Amino acid sequence: MGKISLEVNGRKVEKEASDNTLLSTFLREHLQLTGTHIGCDTSQCGACVVHVDGNSLKSCTALAADVNGSKVTTIEGLETNGKMHPMQEAFKKLHGLQCGFCTPGMVMSAVDLLQKNKKPSDTEIRDWLEGNICRCTGYQNIVSAVKEAATKM
Amino acid sequence: MASLVGSRVERKEDKRFLTGKGRYTADINLANQTYAIFVRSPHARASIKKINIDKALKSSGVVSILTGKEIADDKIGGLIAGWAIRSEDGTEMKCPGNPPLAKDNVNFVGDPVAVVIAESLAEAKDAAEKVEVDYKILKAVTSTADAMNGDTIHEGIDKNLCFDWLLGDRQKVKEAFDKADKVISIDIINNRLIPNAMEPRACVADYNAASEEITLYTTSQNPHLSRLIMSAFGNVAPEHKLRVVAPDVGGGFGSKINVYNEDIVCSWAAKKINRAIKWVAERSESFLTDIHGRDHVTHAELAVTKDGKFLGFKNETIANLGAYARVFGTVTPTYLFGPCATGVYEIPAAYTNVKAVYTNTAPVDAYRGAGRPEATYTIERLVEKASMELGIDKTELRIKNFPTAFPFKQTLVHTVDSGDYVAGMEKAKQMADYKGFEARRKESEAKGKLRGIGVTSYFEACGIAPSAAVMSLGCGVGLWESAEVRFNPTGQVTVYTGSHSHGQSHQTTFAQIAADELGVPIENIDIVHGDTDKGTFGMGTYGSRSLAVGGIAIVNACKKIVEKGKRVTAKMLEANPEDVEFKDGEFIVSKSNKKKTIGEVAFACYLPGVRDEMKSPLPEGDEPGLKETSFYDPSNFSFPAGTHIAEVEIDPETGHVKLEKYTACDDFGRIINPMVVEGQVHGGLAQGIGQALYENAEYDETGQLMTGSYMDYTMPRADNFPEFNIGYTCTHATTNPLGVKGCGEAGAIAAPPTVMNAVIDALGGQEVTMPATAEKVWKACKNLKKSNSKAA
Repeated sequence: MGKISLEVNGRKVEKEASDNTLLSTFLREHLQLTGTHIGCDTSQCGACVVHVDGNSLKSCTALAADVNGSKVTTIEGLETNGKMHPMQEAFKKLHGLQCGFCTPGMVMSAVDLLQKNKKPSDTEIRDWLEGNICRCTGYQNIVSAVKEAATKM
Repeated sequence: MASLVGSRVERKEDKRFLTGKGRYTADINLANQTYAIFVRSPHARASIKKINIDKALKSSGVVSILTGKEIADDKIGGLIAGWAIRSEDGTEMKCPGNPPLAKDNVNFVGDPVAVVIAESLAEAKDAAEKVEVDYKILKAVTSTADAMNGDTIHEGIDKNLCFDWLLGDRQKVKEAFDKADKVISIDIINNRLIPNAMEPRACVADYNAASEEITLYTTSQNPHLSRLIMSAFGNVAPEHKLRVVAPDVGGGFGSKINVYNEDIVCSWAAKKINRAIKWVAERSESFLTDIHGRDHVTHAELAVTKDGKFLGFKNETIANLGAYARVFGTVTPTYLFGPCATGVYEIPAAYTNVKAVYTNTAPVDAYRGAGRPEATYTIERLVEKASMELGIDKTELRIKNFPTAFPFKQTLVHTVDSGDYVAGMEKAKQMADYKGFEARRKESEAKGKLRGIGVTSYFEACGIAPSAAVMSLGCGVGLWESAEVRFNPTGQVTVYTGSHSHGQSHQTTFAQIAADELGVPIENIDIVHGDTDKGTFGMGTYGSRSLAVGGIAIVNACKKIVEKGKRVTAKMLEANPEDVEFKDGEFIVSKSNKKKTIGEVAFACYLPGVRDEMKSPLPEGDEPGLKETSFYDPSNFSFPAGTHIAEVEIDPETGHVKLEKYTACDDFGRIINPMVVEGQVHGGLAQGIGQALYENAEYDETGQLMTGSYMDYTMPRADNFPEFNIGYTCTHATTNPLGVKGCGEAGAIAAPPTVMNAVIDALGGQEVTMPATAEKVWKACKNLKKSNSKAA
């Protein structure tokens, strides 16, 4: 057991957790932030993507202890004063989600893409999202949503 | 008021999913809950000699360990096949018992033998590793084609044959083939797929000792049906002591229709230990134990005249059921498959024969399309081959055999009420620039690439399943749907539906329908589903039935509301009910300026006299309140149809297939929300293209699943697809008041033959099995070179 101190969605948190606790488990089980989803055991699906110190990360690939002291943003922390982020708005407007399970990871990943590449091409968007699996949408409306968000960010 | 039906209304459900507020089963944690881990068979076929739980029981945090013996002692029933099928010789199908925890034999890798329940997940995992199961390993049967020659898996089921079913007339087909100028024949493997909804299955079971009620939260597409099966066949609890809740569900695609072992075991065990139990599948468990899809081996023949008229069709299929027959396991390769086998064509004589076999693999059941993708793949590959062998353009050959008038009475079963297949074909050709293909082929050739074009014209029978139709075919159950429309006194509406949304957008599209029917703003309409304690028994969501069956139940319940509203208005305004018209939320007495809004009528129904001068506004015979229910049993299936066209470019040096263009032109009847329909088409296409190019579930000869993770099973990613080109034609269904047909499965049905026809076209007609991987295609390219050089 050890103490994990993080700033999550702008709030300082401190919790005891066993050393082998994954960041994804810490967020879901210790902080009840269940917006971050677990869709596989092999770090393939991307449903668990969050931002750690501003960069996207599959939270099932990191131990909570590894990111001790970091700033973490989850899907729950993307709104500002109750207003959805332009990426969230674009997903809604262009039907970039169906069952919603992959969506938190997909949105967090897409937000990071636009931080790094303000006007990505279709190919660049599809390449970037290679680590996020969606079974519902066929990806087309997700790509459109990312392009739409790029005009608003 | 502008109609909402037909508009791109943004989804009511989206905000919670986009802000992390969705509530999936794995997000639910109950006070004092325990954690379950299932001990699963590592062998495909074995008998259980002994299970020793002594060491495991001593492991830290263990609450209970239960095995097949305890579940049998408590007389908990097993998993069942939902549809009875009779063989050609009149005998009943043969189904083995499928206990929730195996007691004597295990029949596939992942078959559960025990459950370990502990205070924490980690403790449950540790203890599960200490359960010692002594197996006698037996020779597994894994091959679909050879299953009938393998060892007998289930005692008393000879040749591992569940049934040998026939639809159609062999003698007429023989006569048709005798008259043929040419017979086109084909051997097909429809590859096994794993549905892979992104949310792994999960359940949380709770028991209240005071009320003796079990509550099961589970990842289900049909909670009411799950409760019925668990109660009537599983003996878990009487229905009124069992509540099943399917909250937000992260995709289903058919894989969450079934009641699974874990649902039954956790519900039963929660009562036994008098505590809540949580179980969440790891992805590897989903791979091993979710139902799989497809897995057919087919030989089919088409008898044709030299100018391309189809005369007769035969289809001999072996369908793999896996280890056990599950809920839709036996109907998928029969009534969902056979009647669609002749596709969109007039073929005077046809039969389909299906031998359904057991193997030591995961159960095979309904996966998006269920039977119709297999049927469409067979006929459309055959027609494409016929076009090559006859030298007739692939689109012309199809058009030549389309029905010329609707209703179109097919040879086998269906009477298709509406459609215009020629219009669909012409529009698809235009959208895909079919004429320009030869020029594009030459451009590809100039780059050293092979280019192919593939066409598919399909229809599907959706809106399953009209009781009259399925019962006439010998099936036991019809699948109607329920709806309840309930007004609050102050005018908002709650619609309860027996169907279930796990991505399909019912919260929005059903509200659009109710808003139009009732003239109530969509913001004031809530759609409720997924909880057996809320709303009436219903059948659930699969087979593109939610709108065509569940949506119509909503329309009918709304119409009953309007009828009552007319009577109440007439009483309030001292008019004849026949003189009251309803439009845009207002009841108007014709030829007068007297009217009441539906909100005013609702208020008066609940609180007569409070706001109105009339002290008793209710007409004689009408009870207070404004709530109506409808059970809608359709008169026929609905029949979406369309033509899809794909173009691929193959690099002969690597065998890599690039899907260059994909065009889909579908007729879904009236469209409620074009944005949602587009999403359904895209998603279906991705799964269909996945089957054609990427996905394959493979077992080795000992029954080990070789593709048991996302490292081994190729899930399509964003960079695997081009931008899809989507369009529609529209003929309204004549068999339901909305004119709707269903859209959820079309892409998964049409895409596999469309893409494979394009690949095989590029390869000069060489057959390649799905998925058309680089390795297979590269080998075919080598053959092509050889045959070209010989020809030169």
